[in-house]
Amino acid sequence: MNMTAIGEGANRAILARLQSRERQFFLKLAAPAILGIMIVVFLPILWLSSLSLFDAAGDWSTANYARVFQSPLYQKTFHVTFIISISVTAFCVLLGYPLCYWLSRLSPRTSGILMVFVLVPFWTAVLVRTYAWLVLLQRNGIINQGLVASGIIDEPLQLAHNLTGSIIGMVHVMLPFLVLPLYATMRAIDGDLVRAAIGLGSSPREAFWRIFFPMSLPGLFAGVILVFVLSLGFYVTPALLGGGRVQMLAQRIESTITIYANWGAASALGVILLVMALVLIWAANRVFGLDKLFVR
Amino acid sequence: MTAEGKTAGQSLPISVRNVVKAYGPLRALDDMSIDVRAGEFMTLLGPSGSGKTTLLMALAGFVSPESGSIRFGGQEMVTVPPHKRGVGMVFQSYALFPFMSVEENVAYPLKIRRVSAADQKARVEAALELVQLGGYGGRRVHQLSGGQMQRVALARAMVFEPRIILMDEPLSALDKKLREQMQIELKALHRKLDATIVYVTHDQREALTMSDRIAVINQGRIAQLDTPEALYRRPKSLFVADFIGESVVLPVVLHDGAATLNGCKLKTTSSFGSAEGPYHLVIRPELLELSPDSSDGLMNDLSGEVREVIYQGDSALVLVRVGVDQEISLRVPASRAGSASIPDIAQRISLGLHAEDTIIVPETAL
Amino acid sequence: MAVQEMAGQKRTEGLWLAVIGSAVLFFLILPTLIVIPMSFSDAAYLEFPPKEWSLRWYREYFGSAEWMAATRTSIVAAILTTLIATPLGALAAYGLHCSSTRIRNAAQILVVMPIVVPIILIAVGVFHLYAKLGLNYTLAGVVIAHVALALPFVIITVLSGLKSYDFNQELAARSMGASRPRAMLDVTLPQVKFSVQAGAFLAFITSLDEVVVAMLISGGEYATITRRMFNALRDQIEPTVAAISTCLIAISVLALIGIQLIGRRGRGER
Repeated sequence: MNMTAIGEGANRAILARLQSRERQFFLKLAAPAILGIMIVVFLPILWLSSLSLFDAAGDWSTANYARVFQSPLYQKTFHVTFIISISVTAFCVLLGYPLCYWLSRLSPRTSGILMVFVLVPFWTAVLVRTYAWLVLLQRNGIINQGLVASGIIDEPLQLAHNLTGSIIGMVHVMLPFLVLPLYATMRAIDGDLVRAAIGLGSSPREAFWRIFFPMSLPGLFAGVILVFVLSLGFYVTPALLGGGRVQMLAQRIESTITIYANWGAASALGVILLVMALVLIWAANRVFGLDKLFVR
Repeated sequence: MTAEGKTAGQSLPISVRNVVKAYGPLRALDDMSIDVRAGEFMTLLGPSGSGKTTLLMALAGFVSPESGSIRFGGQEMVTVPPHKRGVGMVFQSYALFPFMSVEENVAYPLKIRRVSAADQKARVEAALELVQLGGYGGRRVHQLSGGQMQRVALARAMVFEPRIILMDEPLSALDKKLREQMQIELKALHRKLDATIVYVTHDQREALTMSDRIAVINQGRIAQLDTPEALYRRPKSLFVADFIGESVVLPVVLHDGAATLNGCKLKTTSSFGSAEGPYHLVIRPELLELSPDSSDGLMNDLSGEVREVIYQGDSALVLVRVGVDQEISLRVPASRAGSASIPDIAQRISLGLHAEDTIIVPETAL
Repeated sequence: MAVQEMAGQKRTEGLWLAVIGSAVLFFLILPTLIVIPMSFSDAAYLEFPPKEWSLRWYREYFGSAEWMAATRTSIVAAILTTLIATPLGALAAYGLHCSSTRIRNAAQILVVMPIVVPIILIAVGVFHLYAKLGLNYTLAGVVIAHVALALPFVIITVLSGLKSYDFNQELAARSMGASRPRAMLDVTLPQVKFSVQAGAFLAFITSLDEVVVAMLISGGEYATITRRMFNALRDQIEPTVAAISTCLIAISVLALIGIQLIGRRGRGER
């Protein structure tokens, strides 16, 4: 064998060039899409956020934040936003958890068919669903008609154009965001574990609380955070079902700009909303990869 | 090594020189050099993570090393993209195109090369015939069994008559019986083809069965490159001895050019170098002799108590305690003569190891 | 006795669960069930169930020049968004799939962001950016914004398709003489075709149903249908909207069926 060494480091320069060209090839493929998202989504948000740090004269100042935190108007907005977001999240859990638990115990075929009831609204335009609730909840809508006809109430209830209507409509919009990750998590739980616990002498109820429930928590947590975050910045449903009486953060930001042209204050509100959203999303992402939610 | 009707000497030698491939701090190929002769069946054998697959992927062009040279027949290939290297490749997962028929799969390399339709048909048929799948051209991939899929992958890798064929654990997904049958077929196929084959496996038996030569690879370096017989009979390090074949390892002491085991001088023809550090005696269970005939004066005597007898069908493995706490094993063939002599548990027996069957290796490579 | 009691209790619990679960499903599907019959009502005010059936509101919708212009804008924008976002997203997914884990993870976070960042912030930001570029109230403006919003769905869908694809097939094709672009087209694309199509459906729906950004940046001649609907609903409940909503629901359901069928076919192939 003639093992003529050519020395370590032969062809190093040309190989390094080839390797970096290979890496760049893949980056170039991804670049247009990533740049597009950066320019259209991130850059404007960054710019918008930067406005909060300047006063009307264009000098550095924290006045916008001071105003946002002190003004009773904005405080009320924060208050309403949190009340609504927390209620919506709570109702979603109350409705979504039993639904997912029930679905996860059915055969995959049956629950697959029933999931259509979750997916059809999920993919129906938010505007369409909000419109439907406007119709359902109005003074002479079918819900009031039904309640009056059955003698439960004498006078039609004020269901739309207020906080109640906003919450009902938002729960409907947000519920799929809780159901999808939670259902996926519950489906992945090994039913044998629960059966084994029962076999070892636990009552079914005990097995549920000590085995099944803790294992479903990651999915529940991801769903709860997602619903809460999306609620914090939600616009369409409260704008229509709130009838102008309910002003959440998103509407306040919009009206601060379009009616009062106060970009500084709107920007400060936006930054606060953004920071809350990002922190919560970051937490959820650690527990449950969020990209999983949108692909089945 | 050439098949009838083919030009002799078409297969190419491969020469790998000083190739380095690092993944972070880990050197998958650590200044690797290896020569594969034209027409040779060379196996890269090693544990997982040893770098054998990385080397194969570097030969195919899918892994670009940091430095070094890879030549096919004298021509520098390390900077040539995979599709211009002209090597056939067979993957562990078969990598058949599921949306194409068997015929379309095998014809793909010819289609790329713009071979005329009539020629394509003839060559695809010939290739399928060669892997004993004549008439299977119209089948869909998912209608095939694992073994058939692997044959299609083989046909596809050789239909364009590459001078080098690379195989990455092609048989590891098959069951044992089929795997052994395919090993023999592959060996026969290699004789018909005019191609250099580089074959990656972690199965030492498979390597011993099929190869002209085997390169044992460990931690990105070649531990030993030799013929199967030489590797088995004369391993150069404990790693190779342990990795190839069954073995029992006992520590020996080197002193004044002689080796002693448990205080007794070993009769040996094994040559051992001058490396520092501990040495070991490697005993192959089938080379131990029961009730040895020491008339030629070259027999090492070991005696001990039988601890366990394990019946394995073709043979029995007898575990024997020698010395204070050392255990060696002895293989007794299950023939009529052999089974008569299988000892009983707790029986004291004497064993012989011929000087020519002793293997003494250093703990670390030379 | 105890076993029977337990089984009985289990049955009761199961029954309760089924009742609650069905009620929640009913809650989810109820709005869809209401809008569709309502759109076929003859009455000028909303009543349920309708006393008289007619296509009156569909005639109103299809006869209105304004609604038709908005519909055209929305459909054209959705088609253009799909045509641009699908290839860009698919290429990006391929590039990210082949990149190092570090780059892929970083990009994945970036890609999920537009879905979870409050849309009002994106809308206000884009509105201001467009004011500088003169893109407000233009079709191009709507399409560009919608492409950015649709890209994440395409990328995520195609990435997950690539994950379940045996990438050795592309290596095999290249070892047989195909250049990388050729191997991509010949071997990889046919097998991630289903996820690319699913991504395209998602891109279309994302653009068609998007309200908040369109509300700020579209208008005049190029107002989208959702923008007009939003304004119409702010003032009063127009029954025409029921007809439009029914059309939108039909498109969404068709897209959903398409995605499901594609998914089934994709799994069957493997």
